[in-house]
Amino acid sequence: MKAKSIQLAAAAAAIAAAGAAVEAETLKVGALATLEGTYTSLGEDGMRGLRLALSQASNMAGGREIELIVGPTDATPDSAVRAARKLVEQDGVELVIGPLSGSEGIAIRDYSKTQPHVTFINGISGAQETTYVTPSENFFRFNMDGAQWSAGLGEYIYDEKGYRVIATIGEDYSFVYTQVLGLVLGFCQLGGEVAERLWVPLGTKDFSSIIAALPDDVDAIYLGLGGGDAVNFLNQYQQAGGEANLIGGTIMVDPTVLSTEGTAKNALIGVPSSGPQADTWDDPDWRAYVQAYIDEFPPDQRFPSPSLLATGYYNATTAAVSCLNEVGGDLSDGHAAFRSCLSDLVLDAPNGSIHLDHNRQAIGTNFIMETVQLDDGSLANEMVGMIENVNQTLGLDPDAFAKIGAPGRENPACTTSYE
Amino acid sequence: MRTGARRTRYERGKFDVDGRKSDRRIATSIGEAVAPAENRPLRRFAENHPWWLAAIAISTAILLYLIFAIWPAWLVQIIGKKKVFLNALFNGITLGGLYFLVASGFTLIFGLMRNVNLAHGSLYLLGAYIGYMVAGWTGYWLLAFPVAFILVGLLGILLQVFVFRRMERQDLRQTLVTIGISIVLADIMLWVFGGDFLNIIPPSWLSGPMETIFVTGVKRSSGDLIYLKYPLVRIVIFLASVAIGVGMWTLLNKTRVGMLIRAGVDDREMLSATGARIQLVFVGVFAFGAGLAGIAGVVGGTFQSIAPGEDVRFLLASLVVVIVGGMGSITGAALGAVLIGISEQFGSVYFPTYSVVVTFMIMVLVLAFRPQGLLGRS
Repeated sequence: MKAKSIQLAAAAAAIAAAGAAVEAETLKVGALATLEGTYTSLGEDGMRGLRLALSQASNMAGGREIELIVGPTDATPDSAVRAARKLVEQDGVELVIGPLSGSEGIAIRDYSKTQPHVTFINGISGAQETTYVTPSENFFRFNMDGAQWSAGLGEYIYDEKGYRVIATIGEDYSFVYTQVLGLVLGFCQLGGEVAERLWVPLGTKDFSSIIAALPDDVDAIYLGLGGGDAVNFLNQYQQAGGEANLIGGTIMVDPTVLSTEGTAKNALIGVPSSGPQADTWDDPDWRAYVQAYIDEFPPDQRFPSPSLLATGYYNATTAAVSCLNEVGGDLSDGHAAFRSCLSDLVLDAPNGSIHLDHNRQAIGTNFIMETVQLDDGSLANEMVGMIENVNQTLGLDPDAFAKIGAPGRENPACTTSYE
Repeated sequence: MRTGARRTRYERGKFDVDGRKSDRRIATSIGEAVAPAENRPLRRFAENHPWWLAAIAISTAILLYLIFAIWPAWLVQIIGKKKVFLNALFNGITLGGLYFLVASGFTLIFGLMRNVNLAHGSLYLLGAYIGYMVAGWTGYWLLAFPVAFILVGLLGILLQVFVFRRMERQDLRQTLVTIGISIVLADIMLWVFGGDFLNIIPPSWLSGPMETIFVTGVKRSSGDLIYLKYPLVRIVIFLASVAIGVGMWTLLNKTRVGMLIRAGVDDREMLSATGARIQLVFVGVFAFGAGLAGIAGVVGGTFQSIAPGEDVRFLLASLVVVIVGGMGSITGAALGAVLIGISEQFGSVYFPTYSVVVTFMIMVLVLAFRPQGLLGRS
């Protein structure tokens, strides 16, 4: 009896020792991405960006080998929290990269507050609230939010396209509210008017009646749709013979939509839009990144050019790896050195330089673009303008910006001044 | 048998009150032996619920007015443009056509086998993917339909023979197993076809809008009538689903096989006791229901898109449709499908933010006041 218990104790000690040895070497990293539901192909491309960054770092960070554990979500906040809990509480990851979708980001920010010993780096979720309202000490976001991605678009459609009255249609959730906020601020300050804002539930598949109800006495219609919803909209828009001027939201004109089959997407040719990257930008760093993406994955398992989701996850992972290298993989003292490195990091990202503000929110470069048809018949976004150092208050005075309030279905109101 | 019993009871009731009327009833019921059976329910409904009939007649008249008249200005003020209204109405009906295709197979399988097949959505999605591949390889859109029907029907046969036959009458087990199958199928399809949004491209003669005979307004400048433009592909698809619905109704009500199926729905035990090969009927119905889901997949892939997650959406839609229409009733599925389709479309236009609520409100109301469904049997 006694001998047996000693044996057991010895075995347990051996296992514990082995565990400790492994822990010192490998670093468990969790990834959250929408690998189910309407945003599946977006999540898949996000994971490509993450894997590209890991492969460029030879899967090592700060001398420790990285063990990647993936938590699939379906763009709902509860699925994101469920996956994050599994990664943190069951698999024991020390670092979480993700999530992808706006409302998921808000939920993960709240969850991160309950797990102070884990560092969370946002994948590409773009709701404003995530970092602007009650930010979390251990949640970092190296991508701009939806409003920052709209920076400059309102000015462009007013000045260059000559639109004066527009209507918006968008999916009914935080990210698109944030995008419309950015658009409204720019467009209305110049004197533009937003006649109507239509909101449809995320995952709407039959847009035909909404297409018929689109106002025909406006200059252009802004489309804040993404993924399968965007594809369905374009498809039914073509069937209905739609002819309005369109303005693209950031994920409306992403490679996830532009690379679908059929002719319906041709409605997007010439459509102005804005976002954190432009496919045809001739910056050498951007070209090198696109080439690395193309070389890393076989043609049938990637888009012709990385989507902004891939870029977002790529940047988040690169930021984590470079800071882990700087602190030598040392995550002691509640990740103190690692987090301070992240806060001060100036990330030389392929889509322009990125650094964080006091809320750990990215300040970066935004691009204005138009969708064009390339010689091979495929569609891409051509850069027509670039705005550097876009911060979360979009250049407005922080107090004035705070007065606007949280982005919502009818907020902000369309006025010429927000001072 | 049951209908007969009910009628006797009914006539006895009438007899107590008014002898003359009951004479007429008997005369009618003798006449019915010769006359087509389908006039009966309507007349009985009219006699039992005159107020309901009046309400239905009035709303039909209003609806016809709304569809055909040129709207006066005050009406446009209240409801909005006629173009929007007509589009929502027609889109609702065509969407109902798609829902009917999915839900009719679901309700048929449930009615006969008491098997809630929660993998029905996966059959829909599989049909869509098969249709996508066939249409892409051969270039013939029409060919996608028979191929999807046959292949998904074959899978239905396999499911019935290897899975459901082994657990007949064990509702809970069947439900759990079908959930399991749907998850496995969804992941296999994600693995094989990826997560992209695919579209089955209809042939060019079907794409774009066509002009209809419905007037949406009058041009202010010239006084010409403006006619409604409507996507041609939706009209064709709707006509096809009506044809399938009528075909199914005829099959069920006019043929020997249909008689076997109806008898099986009423009383499985008695049917098998009479020597009918009930297992064969089960397999046939399951294959047919699955095949219909496959066809619906091709339809859905044409005017919406194919992507992971669609399986769950259509499973939910068919559940709502059959709960509203009545489990096991084909006519109920048609009624429920059109009702849900229209409410979704009107919801999406007139109260877009809460359109989902409308659909489920209908379900809640039906469950509260008529739990067996609008045309279901208690």
